[in-house]
Amino acid sequence: MEVAVIIFLSSGLFLGWSLGANDAANVFGTAVGTRMVRFSTAAFVCSAFVLLGAVLSGAGASHTLGKLGAINALAGSFMAAFSAAVTVYIMTRAGLPVSTSQAIVGAIIGWNLFSGFPTDTASLIKIVGTWIACPLLAGVLGVFLFKVTTVLVRWARFHIYRLDAYTRLGLIIAGAFGSYSLGANNIANVMGVFVSANPFTTFNVGDLFAFTGIQQLFLLGAIAIGVGVYTYSKKVMLTVGGGLFPLSPAGAWVVVVAHSIVLFMFASQGLEHALANAGLPTIPLVPVSSSQAVVGAVIGIGLLKGGRGIKWRVLANIASGWVTTPLVACLVCFVALFFLQNVFNQQVYRDASYVLSQPVVERLEADGIEVKALVRLKDKRFDTVRGFREALREHVVDLSEKAESKILSRAQISPVLIDNSKIWRLDNTSLTKGQVSAMWPLVGRKFDHLWMLDDALAGASEEWRSRPPTTVNKLFNRHLQGQRREVYGVFQIELSRPE
Amino acid sequence: MAGITLFSKTKELEAQTNEFCDKVAEGVLAFKLGVNRYLDGDFSAFDEKKQQVSALESRGDELRREIQRRLYLETLIPESRADVLELLENTDKILNACESAMWQFAIEKPVIANEFVSDFNSLIEAVVESVDALVMALRAFFRGSEAATDHMHKVIFYESEADTVSHRLMTAMFASDLELGHKNQLRHFVLHIDQIADTAEDVADHLAIFALKRAI
Repeated sequence: MEVAVIIFLSSGLFLGWSLGANDAANVFGTAVGTRMVRFSTAAFVCSAFVLLGAVLSGAGASHTLGKLGAINALAGSFMAAFSAAVTVYIMTRAGLPVSTSQAIVGAIIGWNLFSGFPTDTASLIKIVGTWIACPLLAGVLGVFLFKVTTVLVRWARFHIYRLDAYTRLGLIIAGAFGSYSLGANNIANVMGVFVSANPFTTFNVGDLFAFTGIQQLFLLGAIAIGVGVYTYSKKVMLTVGGGLFPLSPAGAWVVVVAHSIVLFMFASQGLEHALANAGLPTIPLVPVSSSQAVVGAVIGIGLLKGGRGIKWRVLANIASGWVTTPLVACLVCFVALFFLQNVFNQQVYRDASYVLSQPVVERLEADGIEVKALVRLKDKRFDTVRGFREALREHVVDLSEKAESKILSRAQISPVLIDNSKIWRLDNTSLTKGQVSAMWPLVGRKFDHLWMLDDALAGASEEWRSRPPTTVNKLFNRHLQGQRREVYGVFQIELSRPE
Repeated sequence: MAGITLFSKTKELEAQTNEFCDKVAEGVLAFKLGVNRYLDGDFSAFDEKKQQVSALESRGDELRREIQRRLYLETLIPESRADVLELLENTDKILNACESAMWQFAIEKPVIANEFVSDFNSLIEAVVESVDALVMALRAFFRGSEAATDHMHKVIFYESEADTVSHRLMTAMFASDLELGHKNQLRHFVLHIDQIADTAEDVADHLAIFALKRAI
């Protein structure tokens, strides 16, 4: 791997480190602060399970971030992660509540604004809605679990020592679950921005399993989180455990469980799949703030106990964080990208070229897009996303965001040549044998747009066909999209661009 | 594996705490029987009970120290460790008081006139009842049971009963024809025995607060 890649990834690692130092304290803070669990035990369990969560189920939440804005150049990813990390640092120093989730979303929007790529409003609304839902849900869960635990403890009448032992064990198990959920949910914050510019490739361990490039990326992020846990979290844990709220060890257990369940709900593709199969509405997979989940649960319990001693200012601070954090990160990222591009001459985004050729217009018509207004732009080539979007707005009245995004994706020129000499590289991907053999008849063909390749593949084999976009099929389609991306990665050829 | 060790250690500690409670309950019972025998004039039986109370007191001390050592060394119940240790220490004082009262009987051999014997017996009865109620309150507290409060009420009831009897006894003693020195000696014994119920009440008062703290 090139040195530059490591340098660019470093900002993500920095963000991971700060996540490990701060957010691990939410999981084990009360346990270590009350001396119920030793720091060494907490640090080991936390690092191990963050790693498992990140590698095994980290993909779900990162997908949503990718939809919000797919940063396509390493230097851009570096700056987005760096801006988020700097924002977290500045706001922590200023004593303001901050979450990496909110910072990274702001940074991605900053990149979108700088590069001219559109921000997916639907994803943004989904993400912000989840931020508000997260502490509320944790509060409700906290109240429910607290009630159940109180009744159970009263009913079981454990000896004080046995209750202590059970609470310790419970705290470790809940902490492990919490760390797994934290890894699954928040790895997207740390490494999500690098997904579209991922420098790693898949490798297979025998026929057992494929270790995808994204998993390798997440593993690296998880290691950074682990380092953060070991090097810096002890101080934060002792502060959280001692100063947040006077909680009994059993109360602390309830808080950790409520926090973990909420983080898990917003990260688990398995849960999403199970809900979809049962015909229930699914929960969006979005990186949420673990601190806010903890505060939500603590306030829930506080309200249950009569509401005395709750610091309502904390609540007001959280709400203000929903606005200020993304704004600061967005601004920092925008300004920093400007410097990185113009002072350090780094490519912070890869601009895209667009053409509304005959097949593109036909395909758009088939998609149900009104193409009459597009005729004037036909066969005209645009070499910046900004230019193309401006032209679209000029010529198409009432251009909806959905239609714009469809036109952008269909018209983007990304030449792909199914090259005989490269086809062996497919062995190192997660593609099935059937999928690979379906590619052979396409050898030698060139596609100007990615969708053309998708259509050709779908025509060649059942295994390349997307299923109808229902919630049940979401996971399958997402996986298929990932496989298509692997194919693009292998066969994409340089786009000839005007000087 | 770690879980199994954790729970086996917990069980052992639980057993030790239970044994400590047993020793306190047995200690006051042996004390009662010993003083009863003394009042009956059966000094050899009294001596036997004195030995028994001493042995129980030593075992109580041993258990308390062992529990204390383990609670600190294994950093168990960090939230309520100080409370539990305070409870055990103060409860242990009851055994100490029983033992020292027995020794005083043995050393001073006070002469107790027949007219006071019945009240002495009543006083000891009230003291034993209060300590018994305290031991039950302790066991209920360790088990997280709400019954602890009921037992604590009983402790308070019997302590005030012990006060009433001791006042009556002292009034009667000082109204009698005994020598002033003799009166003073007997008063000292009455106060010492009554003090055991007072200690039980102090422990119960603390227990009431700890029980509130223990509710999650």
